[in-house]
Amino acid sequence: MTEDDLDRNRRHFLTVATAVTGVVGAGFVAVPFISSLKPSARAQALGAPVEVPIGSMQPGEMLRVLWRGKLVFVLRRTDAMLSRLTENADQLRDPDSAEVDQQPDYAVNDTRSVRPEYLVVEGSCTHLGCAPLEDFEVRPAEGWGGGFFCPCHGSKFDLAGRVFKGVPAPTNLRVPPHRFVRDDLILIGQDSGAA
Amino acid sequence: MARIEAEVGKPQGGLMKWIDDRFPFTATMKYHVTEYYASKNFNFWYVFGVLAFVVLFIQLFTGIFLTMNYKPAAADAFASVEYIMRDVEWGWLLRYMHSTGASFFFIVVYLHMFRAMLYGSYKKPRELIWIIGMLIFLVLMAEAFAGYLLPWGQMSYWGAQVIISLFGAIPWVGDALVEIIRGDYSISDITLNRFFALHVIALPLALIGLIFVHIVALHEVGSNNPDGIEIKKNKGADGVPLDGIAFHPYHTSKDLVAIIVFLMIFSSVVFFAPDMGGYFLEHANFEPANLTATPEHIAPVWYFTPFYAILRAVPDKLWGFILFGLSVLLPLFLPWLDRSRVKSIRYRGWIYKSALSIFVVTFFSLGMLGMMPAEPIYVLAARVFSVIYFAFFLLMPYYTTIDKTKPVPERVVYHA
Repeated sequence: MTEDDLDRNRRHFLTVATAVTGVVGAGFVAVPFISSLKPSARAQALGAPVEVPIGSMQPGEMLRVLWRGKLVFVLRRTDAMLSRLTENADQLRDPDSAEVDQQPDYAVNDTRSVRPEYLVVEGSCTHLGCAPLEDFEVRPAEGWGGGFFCPCHGSKFDLAGRVFKGVPAPTNLRVPPHRFVRDDLILIGQDSGAA
Repeated sequence: MARIEAEVGKPQGGLMKWIDDRFPFTATMKYHVTEYYASKNFNFWYVFGVLAFVVLFIQLFTGIFLTMNYKPAAADAFASVEYIMRDVEWGWLLRYMHSTGASFFFIVVYLHMFRAMLYGSYKKPRELIWIIGMLIFLVLMAEAFAGYLLPWGQMSYWGAQVIISLFGAIPWVGDALVEIIRGDYSISDITLNRFFALHVIALPLALIGLIFVHIVALHEVGSNNPDGIEIKKNKGADGVPLDGIAFHPYHTSKDLVAIIVFLMIFSSVVFFAPDMGGYFLEHANFEPANLTATPEHIAPVWYFTPFYAILRAVPDKLWGFILFGLSVLLPLFLPWLDRSRVKSIRYRGWIYKSALSIFVVTFFSLGMLGMMPAEPIYVLAARVFSVIYFAFFLLMPYYTTIDKTKPVPERVVYHA
């Protein structure tokens, strides 16, 4: 075959068709590999809800529990703590819990909770995931009405897990799905059938 | 016998010829070693490439032996490291060599990169060597980060928590990406297992591949020198650069001295200060990971702190991530940011000399600030130095253009 006999269009078409088919094939092959990186069936199963007995909790006491390997704070707030929640709105970035991803609908209220007394929030700073420390002491001189302080990068949250302005954390602490099974038992990780 | 073989037409030249007919052994050795000509005026700054090779070898070798006793599972990892330290014969030495090697890898690589900035080794025609080198640096950072999770100590866990969460700052895909990196809803056994795979297989392979390409590119264009002139422009009648001497035996024997001095320092640390006062091995990491409490004071290992200080200086999650990423990636563009006509600092004007000096001070200061707690005074200082850090790179096209340079000599010169 000489140069003149070459059908260049046909050759070009075959080259492009082969390359495109190859890329599409590689794309399909990539799916199982990338999917294998996602949480496995076991990891999802281990993410089952956890029960937290709260019958013996005193006002002002806080429990730390693990759900899906994540730290969750359960705080029984005192009346004084609850009353301070309405005083600091102008210092907060999102006082009305407008950021929808950060809590279920039933926690969009002044106390960010199902029952005002009990705060259930993930103990994971929304900046870079450190566990905030509890700092419930009221220090009026500093304008601090008690809340959470992240030791890593200095983010601050109030007693409803709402983030203060001027700190690196962009959003309020996340409220996980939860419900009261009984008056003395909270189920974290599942909320169907209750609100 | 020989005569008889010649008579029947058997091959001549012995084993070497037999090999060379099948594999270009002699030709490769000549091209890369015995007839690779590098400038005769190399100074102290030119030993860090070889030293990086030495550390790589130490890391690979000790790493393989550590793998034989380490268990990549959340329940066993911390205990298996203690087992290596206490029960495996000489296990403590293997582990301390590996942990000290990690820090020394960065010391050597930072000095190697600084050499390139001193003598303009990233400038034309060596842009690609620099870019490949920066990719090596990025892979090395990933390798060190993955390795740091493996002991499953407090700092391993919470350090990984912070760095992985960084990717959550990316709009839209952030949360899904973080879940794919972790393979779970939090950092867990699954995360540890995959970081182990990355640390011992994927990233070392990438590292070795990139280093190979780095050397091939270097030997194609030839090494730079402290005068920043192209020695290939002045060749003798035999085609050998007049200012060049063969890599072996001349540069190798000089490198051997450097290797011995390096190993003296390295061994001193391994034997007398393996944790280097908490800088090489952070004390919080001697406690097993506790998922319910972040250590009071959390900071990455020293080699990440300059970039970490920049991240922390920004009071916004997304912008913190962007500027952090930019601070790591900006040096990649040095070949095009630097508009100076000369390569070497020897022939540059006072402006670049000052800028580079300020940059060194800035880099060190950011490194120190990154280790400090997040108190307002340190954050403020970090902000000032972050601005200087970015200014050094972003204003470079301007100040290297107006900087007065000195004439560059034709041939290399010696300075006392």
